[in-house]
Amino acid sequence: MEFLLLLTAPLCGALLLGILGGRRWAAELNGAISLVTFLAACALTARVVREGSLLIAHEVFFIDPFNVFLVTLTALVGLTTALFSRPYMRVEMDHGRVSARRLRLYHSMYQLFMATMLIALTTNNMGLLWVSMEAATLSTVLLVTLYRTPASLEAGWKYFILCGVGIAQALFGTILLYFAAEKVLGAEGVTALLWTHLNAVKGQLEPTVLGLAFVFLFVGYGTKVGLAPLHNWLPDAHAEGPTPISAVLSGLLLNVAIYAVVRCKVLVEGSLHSSLPSRVLMTFGLLSVVLAAFFLWRQRDIKRLFAYSSIEHMGIITFAFGMGGPVANFAALLHMTVHSLTKSAIFFTVGHAAQKAGSQLMDDIRGLITLSPTIGWGLMLGSLAILGMPPFGVFASEFLILTTAMREQPWAAPILLLALGVAFAAIFGRIQPMVFGETTGKRLKHPPALLPVFTHLAMVLVLGVYIPPYLADWYRAAARLIGGE
Amino acid sequence: MTGTPFDLQLLNLCAALLLLLSFAMLAQRRIVTLVNLLAVQGSLLLVATLLLAWRTGERHLYLSAALTLALKVVLLPWMLHRLIRRLQVYWDTEPLLNISGTMLVGLVVVVFAFGLAQPIAALASTATRNAIGIAVAVILLSFVTMITRRKAMSQVVGFLSMENGLFFGAMSATYGMPMIVEFGVALDVLVAVLVLGIFFFQIREQFDSLDLHHLESLNEYQSRRSTPAQKET
Repeated sequence: MEFLLLLTAPLCGALLLGILGGRRWAAELNGAISLVTFLAACALTARVVREGSLLIAHEVFFIDPFNVFLVTLTALVGLTTALFSRPYMRVEMDHGRVSARRLRLYHSMYQLFMATMLIALTTNNMGLLWVSMEAATLSTVLLVTLYRTPASLEAGWKYFILCGVGIAQALFGTILLYFAAEKVLGAEGVTALLWTHLNAVKGQLEPTVLGLAFVFLFVGYGTKVGLAPLHNWLPDAHAEGPTPISAVLSGLLLNVAIYAVVRCKVLVEGSLHSSLPSRVLMTFGLLSVVLAAFFLWRQRDIKRLFAYSSIEHMGIITFAFGMGGPVANFAALLHMTVHSLTKSAIFFTVGHAAQKAGSQLMDDIRGLITLSPTIGWGLMLGSLAILGMPPFGVFASEFLILTTAMREQPWAAPILLLALGVAFAAIFGRIQPMVFGETTGKRLKHPPALLPVFTHLAMVLVLGVYIPPYLADWYRAAARLIGGE
Repeated sequence: MTGTPFDLQLLNLCAALLLLLSFAMLAQRRIVTLVNLLAVQGSLLLVATLLLAWRTGERHLYLSAALTLALKVVLLPWMLHRLIRRLQVYWDTEPLLNISGTMLVGLVVVVFAFGLAQPIAALASTATRNAIGIAVAVILLSFVTMITRRKAMSQVVGFLSMENGLFFGAMSATYGMPMIVEFGVALDVLVAVLVLGIFFFQIREQFDSLDLHHLESLNEYQSRRSTPAQKET
């Protein structure tokens, strides 16, 4: 059964790599496990396309169009990141920054992290969703501190405490949700926390309790999304950990957190019959976009620059889900996909560039195009894609979001446009000299293999030009589901 | 107290003691005592869970009582004590706000908590609905503890006490969460303390101290480190 394989492959992989993760060929094993997970995800997708939504294992897990596309995306980026991390971590080991023991920890935790995200995405139980979100934090804390530098320890501590406290709020929200659900569904068994059951009776749930629950759930999961003002952990955790981890944190974990927020929003909206959840999402989404756009100007470290760009994009997605409606939901889902692909591709190139330059400071990275055309073009194209330049998919989703905003929330459109402009100037102004600037460095003899980068960028390009009909149907089905139909 | 059965009175006593303990934790600067207070808090939770299990006859509450006994009364305090001994952190430095100031903040927080819990308690049908306000107060007071402390260890105790408050809240509002969720949460807490144990040794190795002011140099703008990797030759 595909689903069983999807969850057991990374879990067994974590165990196996916990024993063998320090060996020379552990990186290949890591890649192979990720490949198995990806194939299982593809098979599962095919089955959902064929048979519709699935309920598995006494309804503890369920797959619908909304989460199956995130599962596939997670497995895909997990695979490409594993491929990227193989040469990257080998160089780090040759530089003496990680020992074989830490590499073992790294590989094992990488798979565990993938497993927790997949469980979070597929579980039907709101309590289990919380448990796996917390487990995802815990499995990455030690990865952020992998280099044991003072800065990385600080980043890890901040990550742990802020996300730990944040997610404790989400637990309280979950308790309140259960409290409201128990009145309608009864306390017998565990059905009162199953999302499908909650969704069926959401109109009868007590609105005051659910409103309160939403505030706590939003603060809790919103912290993990990196929404302002609780975004402080995000740039640190992204900048100080190893680059493959930055790529999966930014490309995948933030998506999973948004997924949790949206699941809660669907329930609460159905109960409240008011626009409170939408307004909360729009306000904090917009706040994050604006704040991140202005903080982009002050960055000197390249990974922090793109971490702030992640906050900005998470803000855009949250804002779009807040607007609601089929078009905005469609655009938000598309934006999740293209952001995840583009941002991880950027982190791959940034990882190589910083490794070659021996520094993450942008002033120290110059003339990438002369040093290595593949890295130079990868970074340039990736940055143009994430900034929303036309042929790429980010343009399509941002365009949809902006036009919907102009029609439905005209007050927000100029703010959004201004923030996007500021972010464009900030990032492009930084990237341009890094790619085309003068350099004294010599051209690299062996161009690094950047297959994952160009695969991702090609997919983003395709999504910008032409969305295959089955994919569009899939997005539409998911958008309808989020719309509460 | 006519009309209130004896076991319910005992439960309310437990709740009141929990609130008192939270204030004691807020004022306590000796870390060993802080951990002991956490253990006492765990024991009170255990007593409350058992009373409630006996009263309602819900079988899963006995299970969750066993979980509380194993994790919150025995395992976690033992692990924390071991960590304290091995890291030799016995005292927290002066908290950011002095003790009487913290107490006043705590009082305001409790009033706020009862206000917040009012609508929930009004809807609850459980016998313990009066305790919901106390649970919210414990959660918020632990939050204050975390904010005002400097040592990593005291922050962790605050974090665990917050988890206890959440557990108590779930118990008094709904007679506990479904078992699968409770197990998951317990597992997460256990792993969190394990991870923190490792983490403390790393911090210690780097800074020779567990004082968190060492961890304050990353700001919104930049990282402290300028060269993350050696130059490739």
